[in-house]
Amino acid sequence: MTRYETLFARLRDDRRAAFVPFAVLGYPSPETTLEWIRPLLEYADALELGFPFSDPIADGPRIQAASHTALARGACRASHLTTVTAIRAEHPDLPIGLLVYANLVYRTGLEAFYAAVREAGVDSVLVADVPVSEIGPFSAAAHAQGVDPILIAPPNAPDPTLAQIARHSRGYTYVVSRSGITGTETAAGRPSAELLARLRDFRAPPALIGFGISKPEDIRRMLEAGADGVIVGSSLIEKAQDPGELEPYLRELRQATRY
Amino acid sequence: MSIPDRSTGPTRPGRFGRWGGRYVPEILIPALDELEAAFISARADPGFRSELSGLLEHFAGRPTPITRCANFLKGSRLEVYLKREDLLHGGAHKTNQVLAQMLLARRMGKKRVIAETGAGQHGVAVALAGARFKIPVRIYMGKRDCERQAPNVFRMKLFGAEVVPIDTGSATLKDAMNEALRDWAASYDHTHYLVGTVAGPHPFPTLVSEFQRVIGDEARAQMLAETGQLPDAVIACVGGGSNAIGIFRAFLDDSETRLVGVEPAGEGLETGRHGATIARGQPGILHGSETLILTDAEGQILESHSISAGLDYPGIGPEHVHLRETGRVDYVSATDTEALEAFTRLSREEGIIPALESAHALAYCLRMAENGEGPGTLLVNLSGRGDKDLTHVEAHLQRRSP
Repeated sequence: MTRYETLFARLRDDRRAAFVPFAVLGYPSPETTLEWIRPLLEYADALELGFPFSDPIADGPRIQAASHTALARGACRASHLTTVTAIRAEHPDLPIGLLVYANLVYRTGLEAFYAAVREAGVDSVLVADVPVSEIGPFSAAAHAQGVDPILIAPPNAPDPTLAQIARHSRGYTYVVSRSGITGTETAAGRPSAELLARLRDFRAPPALIGFGISKPEDIRRMLEAGADGVIVGSSLIEKAQDPGELEPYLRELRQATRY
Repeated sequence: MSIPDRSTGPTRPGRFGRWGGRYVPEILIPALDELEAAFISARADPGFRSELSGLLEHFAGRPTPITRCANFLKGSRLEVYLKREDLLHGGAHKTNQVLAQMLLARRMGKKRVIAETGAGQHGVAVALAGARFKIPVRIYMGKRDCERQAPNVFRMKLFGAEVVPIDTGSATLKDAMNEALRDWAASYDHTHYLVGTVAGPHPFPTLVSEFQRVIGDEARAQMLAETGQLPDAVIACVGGGSNAIGIFRAFLDDSETRLVGVEPAGEGLETGRHGATIARGQPGILHGSETLILTDAEGQILESHSISAGLDYPGIGPEHVHLRETGRVDYVSATDTEALEAFTRLSREEGIIPALESAHALAYCLRMAENGEGPGTLLVNLSGRGDKDLTHVEAHLQRRSP
């Protein structure tokens, strides 16, 4: 069983959904990023980590700014892999997913990229700007290295596309409940129970919902619609501005994943 | 470096050789499909074609003339003709395809149009078309570009467009394009993203190229009528590459006519401060296309540099990369200094102020003359006029000779 399969089986027994925090690798700096991520790990069922990119078109202002800060402070592939390796050493069973942009994979070389991240202990990779129609070479390279390719299932995808997304996704399916980009500027939408049902019909892996989730009631709404978990990113960066706030906030969000 | 196996994906639309494709978040794919369908059906619709040609003639001022330059290369064995896209309404070739996409937007029932702009010429074209079509327009423009192309910002606002300055990254064209894509990911339902060049995800490179080919179709016939033969070379500046594709397409089968794209060498190719993606770029993925881009080894996009905001872009339309690979088009480059020299020279010698972008193509003509090339006839796409550049150029010239 993969780490994701093990996780989702355990959560079903515990009557809980997955709480998956997202962090930008190298933020606030390559030296301090692990300190930033550690409190998240206390509450994380799985972890989602972004490679900062100069031109993150799927991301809102907070993750953009965090990415640019990380890059300006010298974050690079080597520092990311060091951080991931350290997290893996401390958390052998934690599913770790990466969120990246196509050019980062392409310039490294597909095979080399997936091999390197696998070596560091990564379980899955989502390439934000590669739709299912272009995923072939990426998922082939991922499979060859034993990495799960993750695809995004948006609310506007027609059935044939959803079927392909279900077929190509391993580990979990990244479902977005609304259109747009990451961030709390636009709140998460009403998750479409119908979208989740269609994904189940196509035998897609468990659905984690992301983009715009920042409140416990967002999470409860997602679970009622049938989600298997949630991914929270931008609002963590926001809360972390105030040192005392992050910890209780994380506890509250995790609390909301019980059903 | 290339993506190895191309056969495993379900469909791979919009490729020029191996270049192009659709590298955007899944959420945008239905909007791109919708646009492609509208494009295909409009192209086959006589009503669409006649409405577009009516607009091009009566609103935009087509056909634009060709003008023989009597003085620009005097003393050389080269003769230069200009295709006068600077005379098109809006002041640049951009209006051609903007009118076509506005008709497509209306056809798709879109209630709002967004666009990115560098020099502001595309923004101006979208804004004026928005005013005429009564469609609200929002233009994303890098903050740096807003400063160096201030007159165009005011023009867009006069047309009633909203101009949003973007201060992230290099605060130029690429960042404006990022922001337009982000907007579109949330607004595609009622909004058309009117891409201004032959870059971006399929179908934009094909669609923009198709609606700019009017430049070359006209110019080819005009050259035959006026000189009785085809030009020996057709020369155009290349940023994203829409004016170049527009004039090249009519000449692709004329193997005796050399086609030359001129990239911005900025402060010099060796300085690293340039926008010459064909000369110095690497294969990569930017803004929806697999193409040549300015990127570091880890995949971060590098900032481009050019005195001309319209060429200041770290990518290039995928069709150009293909045309380079097939050898049909030669790509060369001209520096900021060479472009400035051509800018002032055309003004003084011919009474025509070229856009700084187009001045790069003229600069290459000057180099050919200096190298003693000829005899021959050159056709240059004068893709825009330089009024927008006056303040910027004046500041540069004063700096050079205080």
